[in-house]
Amino acid sequence: MTSAIVAEGISKTFGDVEALKSLELDIPEGSFFVLLGPSGAGKTTTLRVLAGLEKPDTGRVLLNGIDATKATPAERDLAMVFQSYALYPKQTAAQNITSPLRARKLPKSEVDAQLKRVSELLHIEELLNRYPAQMSGGQMQRIALGRALVRDPRAFLMDEPLTNLDLKLRVEMRTELTRIHRSLGRTFLYVTNDQVEAMSMADKVAVLREGTVQQVGAPTEIYDGPANRWVATFMGSPRMNMLDCTANGRLEGEGWSLPNPGFGVSGDHRAVFGVRSEDLSLEVRDEATALEGTVYAVEPLGDRTLVDVEVGGQRIVIKAPPTATYKVGEPVRAAVDMERVHLFDAESEQAITRR
Amino acid sequence: MATHIQPEGLADKGIAGETVAPPPRKERKLGSGIEIVLLAIFMVVMLFPVVWMLETALKDTRDIYAVPAKVISFTPTLDHFKNVFSSDSPVFQGFINSVIVAGFSTLIATVLGVPAAWAYSRFALKAKKDQLFFILSTRFMPPVVVVIPVFLMFRDLNLLDTLPGLILVYSAFNLPFTIWMMKGFIDEVPAEYEEAAMLDGFSRFEAFWRVTMPLLIPGIAATAVFALIFSWNEFVFSIFLITDPDTRTAPSAIAGLIGGTTIDWGLVAASAMTFAVPVLVFAFLVRKHLVAGVTLGAVRR
Repeated sequence: MTSAIVAEGISKTFGDVEALKSLELDIPEGSFFVLLGPSGAGKTTTLRVLAGLEKPDTGRVLLNGIDATKATPAERDLAMVFQSYALYPKQTAAQNITSPLRARKLPKSEVDAQLKRVSELLHIEELLNRYPAQMSGGQMQRIALGRALVRDPRAFLMDEPLTNLDLKLRVEMRTELTRIHRSLGRTFLYVTNDQVEAMSMADKVAVLREGTVQQVGAPTEIYDGPANRWVATFMGSPRMNMLDCTANGRLEGEGWSLPNPGFGVSGDHRAVFGVRSEDLSLEVRDEATALEGTVYAVEPLGDRTLVDVEVGGQRIVIKAPPTATYKVGEPVRAAVDMERVHLFDAESEQAITRR
Repeated sequence: MATHIQPEGLADKGIAGETVAPPPRKERKLGSGIEIVLLAIFMVVMLFPVVWMLETALKDTRDIYAVPAKVISFTPTLDHFKNVFSSDSPVFQGFINSVIVAGFSTLIATVLGVPAAWAYSRFALKAKKDQLFFILSTRFMPPVVVVIPVFLMFRDLNLLDTLPGLILVYSAFNLPFTIWMMKGFIDEVPAEYEEAAMLDGFSRFEAFWRVTMPLLIPGIAATAVFALIFSWNEFVFSIFLITDPDTRTAPSAIAGLIGGTTIDWGLVAASAMTFAVPVLVFAFLVRKHLVAGVTLGAVRR
């Protein structure tokens, strides 16, 4: 697969804040690529550097293999949807959407045809004569999307476009964006701090933290095989359970002990044992792979019940069926799916692979 | 987002430029009685000089000198106003010159100041704060302090007694003010509008011109009115730099009426009234924009 956008060792500082630290990205042509990270990770800065709105201190930006580091935003031929939508207040929805076409001085018939195509795609025909001040957030969001989709750019950049929408609309737009991406087959670079958006929409995810890429891969690859402890806890809700342990032939922690399912360690290795709450079960079949503890709290969520269990002074969360009834203080045993557990080095916090 | 400039028919209560009726007050009858009395006294004190001047402008020359003063019992006449605009009027040319000087200096300050303010608002510049403070500091100095050096420079440059010279000085004095006031307005317009336009394919200047500029019109109007009022009212430079009756501006022309053996007070009053009207009319015409300008920062995003 060829690369649509490549960032090579991009660094950027604002005053004494290092926003990006020699960031590397390779975004394949036609993919739905998600930049995922907490706020302040440098996601938006990355997008702005790629769009040409910020100059990187060092590093290069390649578009279709051509160095575009010094190109103006207009020359880069990228379309961007801003988090704030940035609709022009003095222009109607139709004028907003056709702005990129007018910048290219396309004939009016062509402009009208494109406007028609986009308004049908986004179901916004009845909004076209309104001004941004006369629209709701969701409507403005669609217009902002329309302004990007009206032309055929090298890639679409989206800066948390769904963050300002209410939950119902967000879920709807998620499906909508995936549909649009599939029908256009173009490169989408999507920035978000919401891992659900990343999981549900992305072909490929880059997890960003403090201006560096932590891990790149398909959403499930990252979810099932986090490269380090930070990514493991960042991806997934509730966050992955972490228990300090000493790894050798067995994994031994305070008040628990499990067989080593094949993690490559030698000697008594100080490590952190990680297991997701859905890989724990309160119905124990195999005594050898169970943790013992007492119920600390019970959170019924409707579709499932989260049971907090105290194991040797540390707390873990277990996803139980909604019918589960446990009392606080009750002693329980939790079966661990040993095929889906993780081990991280206590010092470097990097994942330890299985032999 | 400066949405006080939104499409017509979209009434949005409680934002800049709109007045909402205050809630009815019931329990403050005594207080409001005192308020009315105090405000009435205040109004009389404030308006008395204006009224007196207007009366003088309308009185016959004999009535002006009448003792005791005729406050109501005089026959109004427009003779003095006719004299202001007559062909041999000593002040009429001054009004024309004032219009030229005030107009051009405001235009120059605006044309130079708005792009400068945009640059200060949008770009990272070296020692930006220091630069801005320096620009502001030029306003700390009273004009009279620099009038002598300016006079000497103008004498060498043959700019004394010329309108371009005065336009130059007024532009220089208006520019810092324009930059500061416009920077406030431009700061209120999110840079993302321009960035979006640049990604749409416009150049930086096109983005500014097409997207930001329409949002700045009220701010420019307010700033220009202030600059215009300064240039129109300015007296110190006018009187020092220009002695020629053909090129002096209205304030010094009116001042020139006083000082002969006989003073035509009617003409002085009529000239002064005429001088005051354009500023009032102009401020009235752009009052909506002025309110928007004065309530800087109250603009809803």
